Amino acid sequence: MSEPLRTPHTPPPGGVSEKDDLYEPVIGLEIHVQLATATKMFCGCQLSFGEPPNTHTCPVCLGLPGSLPVANARAVQFGLMIGLALGSELAPRSIFHRKNYFYPDQAKNYQISQYDEPLCRGGRLGDVRIHRVHLEEDAAKLVHVGSSGRIHGSDASIVDFNRGGTPLAEIVTEPDLRTPAQVGEWLKLLRTTLRQLGVSDVNMEEGSLRCDANISLRPAGSNELGVKTELKNMNSFRFIERGVRAEIARQQKLLRGGGQVVQETLHFDPGSGALSSLRSKEEAHDYRYFPEPDLLPVVIDEPMLAGARDAISELPADRAARLQRELGLSRESAQLLAFRGELGDYFEAALAAPAQPPAPPQALANWVSIELAPRLQDADGDAAETGGSGAGGNPLDSRVAPHALAALVGMIAAKQLSVGAARQVLDTLIAAGGEPQAIVQAQGLAAIDRDDELAAIVAAALAANADAAQRVREGNSKAIGPIVGHVMRETRGRADGTEVARLVHALIGERADDEQAGV
Amino acid sequence: MTPSDLHELSAAQAVAAIAAGSLSARELFESYRSRAAADRAAGEQGLNCFTWVASECPERGADAPDAHAGAPLRGVPLAVKDLFCTEGVPSQSGSRILEGYRPPYTASVVARLADAGTSLLAKTNQDEFAMGSSNENSAFGVVRNPWDRARVPGGSSGGSAAAVAAGLAPWALGTDTGGSIRQPAALCGIVGLKPTYGAVSRYGMIAFASSLDQAGPLTRDVTDAALLLAHMVGHDPCDATSLAFPGPIEPPTAERLDGVRLGVPDELTGEGIQAGVLAGFHAALARAQELGAQVREVSLPHAPHALSAYYVLAPAEASSNLARYDGVRYGLRAGDPAHPEDLLHMYTRTRHDGFGAEVKRRIMLGTYALSSGYYDAYYGRAQRARTKIAEDFAAAFEDVHFILTPTTPSVAFKLGEKTGEPLAMYLNDYCTVPMSLAGIPAISIPCGLADGLPVGLQLAGPAFSENRLLAAAYALEQSLGFQGARARV
Amino acid sequence: MLHVARLARLELAEDEIEPMARELSAVLEHVAKIAELDLDDVPPTSHVVASSLEGVVSGALRADEPRPCLARDLALAQAPAVRDGGFLVPSPQA
Repeated sequence: MSEPLRTPHTPPPGGVSEKDDLYEPVIGLEIHVQLATATKMFCGCQLSFGEPPNTHTCPVCLGLPGSLPVANARAVQFGLMIGLALGSELAPRSIFHRKNYFYPDQAKNYQISQYDEPLCRGGRLGDVRIHRVHLEEDAAKLVHVGSSGRIHGSDASIVDFNRGGTPLAEIVTEPDLRTPAQVGEWLKLLRTTLRQLGVSDVNMEEGSLRCDANISLRPAGSNELGVKTELKNMNSFRFIERGVRAEIARQQKLLRGGGQVVQETLHFDPGSGALSSLRSKEEAHDYRYFPEPDLLPVVIDEPMLAGARDAISELPADRAARLQRELGLSRESAQLLAFRGELGDYFEAALAAPAQPPAPPQALANWVSIELAPRLQDADGDAAETGGSGAGGNPLDSRVAPHALAALVGMIAAKQLSVGAARQVLDTLIAAGGEPQAIVQAQGLAAIDRDDELAAIVAAALAANADAAQRVREGNSKAIGPIVGHVMRETRGRADGTEVARLVHALIGERADDEQAGV
Repeated sequence: MTPSDLHELSAAQAVAAIAAGSLSARELFESYRSRAAADRAAGEQGLNCFTWVASECPERGADAPDAHAGAPLRGVPLAVKDLFCTEGVPSQSGSRILEGYRPPYTASVVARLADAGTSLLAKTNQDEFAMGSSNENSAFGVVRNPWDRARVPGGSSGGSAAAVAAGLAPWALGTDTGGSIRQPAALCGIVGLKPTYGAVSRYGMIAFASSLDQAGPLTRDVTDAALLLAHMVGHDPCDATSLAFPGPIEPPTAERLDGVRLGVPDELTGEGIQAGVLAGFHAALARAQELGAQVREVSLPHAPHALSAYYVLAPAEASSNLARYDGVRYGLRAGDPAHPEDLLHMYTRTRHDGFGAEVKRRIMLGTYALSSGYYDAYYGRAQRARTKIAEDFAAAFEDVHFILTPTTPSVAFKLGEKTGEPLAMYLNDYCTVPMSLAGIPAISIPCGLADGLPVGLQLAGPAFSENRLLAAAYALEQSLGFQGARARV
Repeated sequence: MLHVARLARLELAEDEIEPMARELSAVLEHVAKIAELDLDDVPPTSHVVASSLEGVVSGALRADEPRPCLARDLALAQAPAVRDGGFLVPSPQA
């Protein structure tokens, strides 16, 4: 595997108020991903969402007497794809285990999962190492129906087994995360990666992506791990960040006060910001894991491996390397485009468009990642934040056609358009689509031909800012500011700033010469 | 052929007669049906073989016996152990917790046999959840041995064995986990075969111990066993542990054992075996030699530990398999369902009321063996012991074709004789459990009487050696001349 | 022993505890025999099928193709308590 990829670290928003010189947060994540197969993990029932209860069940997922599980080959393939994308080690032989516990949402009162021989071990995504990835089945849905009508008011629940048996990939990270913001960023990266792989809808609102966090604090500089708590039931990226932040603050306060952190499971209420202990269902679970005798070991052979590799087409690391190698992109650009698959796809589509004048690859890469993507993200901000189904800034879904952006960048390169003007064109493209040439024409944004118009404007600017001009003449180059500003205003940004500065210097120089020459 | 002779025919003979047109499938079915119904109606006076009997001969449709005219098994009736799911028909695994449960689907092996032409005659009584060696653990009453009604028929497939032995069914399906087909076959004087693990689908068999359970035939003779088995084996996509059998099961024809090497393990043929049983065993060995076989000693050094390993592994798997019986989706729920109480209470009370004593013991044992801190000492060690036991057999089979032992340490014992001591009961499985742990096929054939009660001879072979095993068993059976001898009901 | 009963969700009446304990002890004593064996380097057999046929294990995985589901009324037919198309149970505590 090529060297580890790193994501740009966004600094935490709103300053670093949670940073504590005494204690360092240590955060690990446990993510459950519902796989987008056609059928359940161990039976042929179709996956569903929002259907009437118990309309997608069979003897197997209902746990009827005599039923037996048979593992879904595509779920295994998706698991392999996840492992490949994360650079994990794929176990040539892995087995399923039974995790025994009684609960109404568990049809057999055991869950078929993987224990000490999982499908994948190790790996990395961005700055975070992966501990393991394994396959298991999802539980059914329990709906509380409140009082059953007795005087004592005992509560009842209804079990719906439609969801029971849905294939899950459980991804466990090493405790490499350090800040709440990092958690949010990394989860978005994971989400994008999984979506690009096509293995899941990764939609937190629908429950196809669930995340629990393990949080502990340790003295800054220490290498040991403190006591950790587990934070569960947070169903949006924003809530996860807030929950993690709240728990870190709680532990900080506790430790500073001389107390000790107790290992427990907590629930975060985003409404009140409060953390409450989830009283464990009973005493610490003894899951009595043993190898599942009804399922054979999963043996990965060459055809399966090849199938998984083919289904990915190109791993992010390989794509980044290729972009650097073939197009001369900077490493950071290449990685950014490779990691956010939709940006990479858009970029390559734009590059393939026959733009005249042609768009240089690095410039195009910059415009995709630095200019276009953030503008789209802002427009679609909420959906991206909740981890819901919004485009999350996918440029291919925008009104800016790839060839249009290519044309725009080509025009800048050929100096037909200033950067400022180009930005205005981009805003228009985002809002209304269209072709750059036409927009430039319509809005009169064409770069100024410096041989006539611009020189006249610069001359006028010099005249209007004689003091500044004088200071520049005397060697104070900073004084050029007001002159350039004047020109830019006059040209409504169509002029190229560098060119203006050059002309100003040139004209000032000419004047000086003229004056010296006594003209 | 008079109606009273109908039940004298073996299943293979019935198939031939129906095919030849000299026997009506419907008549045959009705004859058996009324005999089975009579036993059921006789209560304590009967053998209590059955938990359900077809209430009438199906007139039309796929269930009608004569609808199978073209199928290989021609509509011959089949009795099926209670734990096989049969759609719409009670499938209770001998337990109160599933009393009256009618599954919405049919077990694969039963469906396969129905496609081959069998008609469902009845469901047979059994030890609860297949846990037992005497059929005294059923929630639906004990089963009596047709040879002596004061004695047990063996278990857990006691109902199936007694029914075949008494001529109340031509043949029956049972299951074998530690000996539950072979042992009752031996005590009832009939043939019982446990196939290679994985040869027959387990889908729809209410589970006891997943890595040990196998369905198999209980029949009057080896020919019938081969015939039924032929239509049972094969890969089933609904059972991930099932395998394709390498080739068809053939009707056995061998009459001699020339060139066959038989291994007799010291560990399973000496201490603890009743004198009468040992005598019968040695007589059978002598007969085998007369037929041309060579008998030699082999060693299965870990066989004495097989019972210990089994009584860790089987209860452990069972404790997990039986967790689903909790009153939520089917079966017994303790308390008034319209007014749910506390969930924990519902679970524990349901399982307290629904499970019998032996089942509770094994669930406790199994839970303990898997629990935190004990897994390595019990379950972990038992799995390793299992490896050694399998290796012992593999090594022995490099030297001999088959291994021979008495099927059981004793003939049929009296009802109530061993129910006070679980351990005494477990010892009945001493000779049969090693083969179960190794996953190899084994057959029990009657080889004589001791004190007027049947003695069983067990032959075991390597995985997928069923054809050769059946051939050897056939040759011995023909020579011993016991087949078909049956207690009169 | 009560802990094990709790893990197994088995209620044991007062008068059942002692006999159960006795019987279990006797069995455990017997099965402890396997502690006599030297099993240090022996791999456990978790799947006897795999060991009986080296490498010839096909059909262990299933193609991702939908199969007919049970009609809901069949799924619920044997249920002790049903409401709104689902299995009615007492709520789990917390």
